[in-house]
Amino acid sequence: MKKIRLNRTSRVNFATFGAVILAYAIIQIMRSAGLLSSTVQGQLVPICAYVAMALSLNLTVGVLGELSLGHAGFMSVGAFAGAVAAAALPIPSNALRLAAAMLIGAVFAAAVGTLVGIPVLRLNGDYLAIVTLAFGQIIKSIVENLYIGMDGRGLHVSFLENRIIFRDGGRMILNGAMGVNGIDKISSFTAGFILIMLVLAVIFNLVGSRAGRAIMALRDNRIAAESVGINVTKYKLMAFVISAAMAGAAGTLFALGQNTITANKFDFNTSILILVFVVLGGQGNMWGSIVAATFLTVLPETKAMRGLADYRMLVYAIVLILVMLATNNPTVQDFINSTFRRKKKKGGAAK
Amino acid sequence: MLIFLNHLINGISLGSVYAIIALGYTMVYGIAKMLNFAHGDVIMVGAYICFFSVSSFHLPPAAGVLLAVIACTALGIVIERLAYKPLRQATSLAVLITAIGVSYFLQNGAQLLWSSNIKMFPSFFSSQPISLFGGELKITIAAIVTVLACVVIMLALTWFTGRTKMGKAMRACSEDKGAAQLMGINVNATISMTFAIGSALAAIAGVLFCSVYPTLTPTTGSMPGIKAFTAAVFGGIGSIPGALLGGILLGIIEIFASAYISTQMSNAIVFAVLIVVLLVRPSGLLGKQIREKV
Repeated sequence: MKKIRLNRTSRVNFATFGAVILAYAIIQIMRSAGLLSSTVQGQLVPICAYVAMALSLNLTVGVLGELSLGHAGFMSVGAFAGAVAAAALPIPSNALRLAAAMLIGAVFAAAVGTLVGIPVLRLNGDYLAIVTLAFGQIIKSIVENLYIGMDGRGLHVSFLENRIIFRDGGRMILNGAMGVNGIDKISSFTAGFILIMLVLAVIFNLVGSRAGRAIMALRDNRIAAESVGINVTKYKLMAFVISAAMAGAAGTLFALGQNTITANKFDFNTSILILVFVVLGGQGNMWGSIVAATFLTVLPETKAMRGLADYRMLVYAIVLILVMLATNNPTVQDFINSTFRRKKKKGGAAK
Repeated sequence: MLIFLNHLINGISLGSVYAIIALGYTMVYGIAKMLNFAHGDVIMVGAYICFFSVSSFHLPPAAGVLLAVIACTALGIVIERLAYKPLRQATSLAVLITAIGVSYFLQNGAQLLWSSNIKMFPSFFSSQPISLFGGELKITIAAIVTVLACVVIMLALTWFTGRTKMGKAMRACSEDKGAAQLMGINVNATISMTFAIGSALAAIAGVLFCSVYPTLTPTTGSMPGIKAFTAAVFGGIGSIPGALLGGILLGIIEIFASAYISTQMSNAIVFAVLIVVLLVRPSGLLGKQIREKV
């Protein structure tokens, strides 16, 4: 029998899938054996959501090469659209209701992503960073002034002030700056696992496809890519909207695992936190994002790190700067290469 | 009509603060071609230093402002040397992420040093406003000082970049760094100088901003920083008159939006204006359209 040989990319991709499945299996076994504390159990859904967020941002930052500073805005759109959908949809099965809510969250986030992306992605330079930052603020202002309620006749939406009059047995779902209260916690670890697998499958397939190669060509040299006939706006928009949709689904997963969500939860700091995951894990490196997001979400919750909670963000900031200096400064890189990679070089020369 | 005038004056006063901050952004962008995200947090540091020198060490306000300017200038040079200079050759994405890291570092450092409790910034100017038209139109001293400071800084900068040797070196660096270096200009020193000037302006802006909005916290600088950045892009980033125009227009838009449309939505409206401007004129109101060369 002939052995099937895979190239390096496929091997890394399959290893990433395998590692995620293995991690899921181990955690499930530990859970059923009662080895996980309730704190860790409570963290499982947020970890999955943050991993999915980091992966989706990595598509924008690592693969497309554009900086988005409002990724939490898409998470917010997905979270609130999903939370409202989960409260309003009359589906008895929790799993199906969660799936439908996540789909709605993803669709809303994708729609908003298209709306933001069409004008902005035509510009070059650092404009996407600025506009996504502005977008994050706009979304926060809009959600804080949005009132959604439901009664027998369906959904009622009101903006700026609560003018909703209910007929019979109506209730508020989204209450402006107070956010959504009393959420039915239907998110589960399994759902998070499935979402991560789906996100990984979408990203790996996109990166390996013709469209993915066009996107990466744009990242590496826009002018050269344009001159061989790649449609800049189309491919940039494709990557950006897919990234937004995945962030929306992650937002829904996150929201439906909490009791209460407010617009404040998805502010500029959250966007930066996710950017830290991506940068520390390595831009364009998917398993790096998964590891970084998991560790940086779990680490502050462990007992040893509790005392250092005040210093956490300061440490993140320093690490962010140091990683950037270490990976981009020619002097530092030469130093790292000469100390750690000498063996490899020699091996290469012997070949 | 008089209410309208009152709002207009408030808008111009707030816009002047944005303009001073935007000048710092625009100068650094023009020369180093980078977005200095930490600029907003330098404002906050300046305001804290002024606050402590006046309220804890009982220095006169002028000395407090001077101290803040000196400290922020030093801070700006140190940040440039440690975080940005090693990345001169790196991609703009790497520099941008580093700048965000610096911004976060300053915010959290300030939180550890000075706690996140709100500090009430002392008022340096008499709270008695000047009344016109029988008390219908009130102009605060702070507003007048802010606008005056903005005009003076603007004139000084125009003179500096146009007439002095250092200013000419700055303009040369912003046009072509390589050619400037060949002509014997010390590019690194010029960039450091730009950061120093930008940070000194940030300190002044911090004091002026806090005399209008006296609540001082470690995140005080981030919102005006983002808005001033918006103003710099609005006016055309890299252009000094553009920063002034963008800042004042943004201040007026913000005050009018909160007065006539909705207070809660004023920030959203300001940012929506930015997006519209970027669509219609990507290089801003007074920015130069740069043709791309292959």
